[in-house]
Amino acid sequence: MSEQLTFTYTIDGDDFTRAGEASSSVKNKLKMLGVSSDAIRKVAIAMYEGEINMVIHAEGGTISVSVSDDAVTMVLADRGPGIPDIDKAMQEGYSTAREDVRSLGFGAGMGLPNMKRFTDEMQIDTVIGEGTTITMKVYL
Amino acid sequence: MKLKDIFAVPECRVLAEGDPQREISRIFCCDLLSIAMGKAPADGVWVTVMGNRNTLAVASLTDTACIVLAEGVSLDEGTLAKAGEEGIAVLATELPAFDIALEIYQAGLE
Repeated sequence: MSEQLTFTYTIDGDDFTRAGEASSSVKNKLKMLGVSSDAIRKVAIAMYEGEINMVIHAEGGTISVSVSDDAVTMVLADRGPGIPDIDKAMQEGYSTAREDVRSLGFGAGMGLPNMKRFTDEMQIDTVIGEGTTITMKVYL
Repeated sequence: MKLKDIFAVPECRVLAEGDPQREISRIFCCDLLSIAMGKAPADGVWVTVMGNRNTLAVASLTDTACIVLAEGVSLDEGTLAKAGEEGIAVLATELPAFDIALEIYQAGLE
């Protein structure tokens, strides 16, 4: 695969039951492209956490996933409230999720830490009141 | 141990078969999906009381082979049909999580 492939997804902000569809679709596409199952697992986990975060905190957003010879790059962009304290948000167990979200089994404060743990590069660009863009890379 | 060996555990009902020949790696117990997302082992048997559509999404993304719903928890028809499409087995039991995990462990992962 010499040219770069890009897939884009719109994440619906109020539908928790559909969260994960974009990650699932990427997972299947990477499988078809012959990407190793270890790399696919990392991409799928990091992207799903990102999707869930977008649904919980930002009323949705867009995700673009590019696949090149040496990496899968995910760019998750939302127009949510922004992250006031990134260091705090990166701490395992710190969460600002609502109670109804927690009752579904989310909101344990593992989202961003998991995204960091399962990717090789991660950058967070956030502006309060304007939104957050997270760029993650998994090396192939 | 193959997935089909778990189907024989007496206290379990099989709601979706997945791939009965699939080789199982480990048993994993967790109800917080955020933690399961990061920790559920590939090809594992995941015991949980969290039965909703997101449980299936997490199982699918972590390559879990089988979801075991403990304490009488179930999944709705639509989610079960989706589990069938994704090739993930779903079992249900009235037993608590620890008890069913132990039974499965003793049935072949010991």
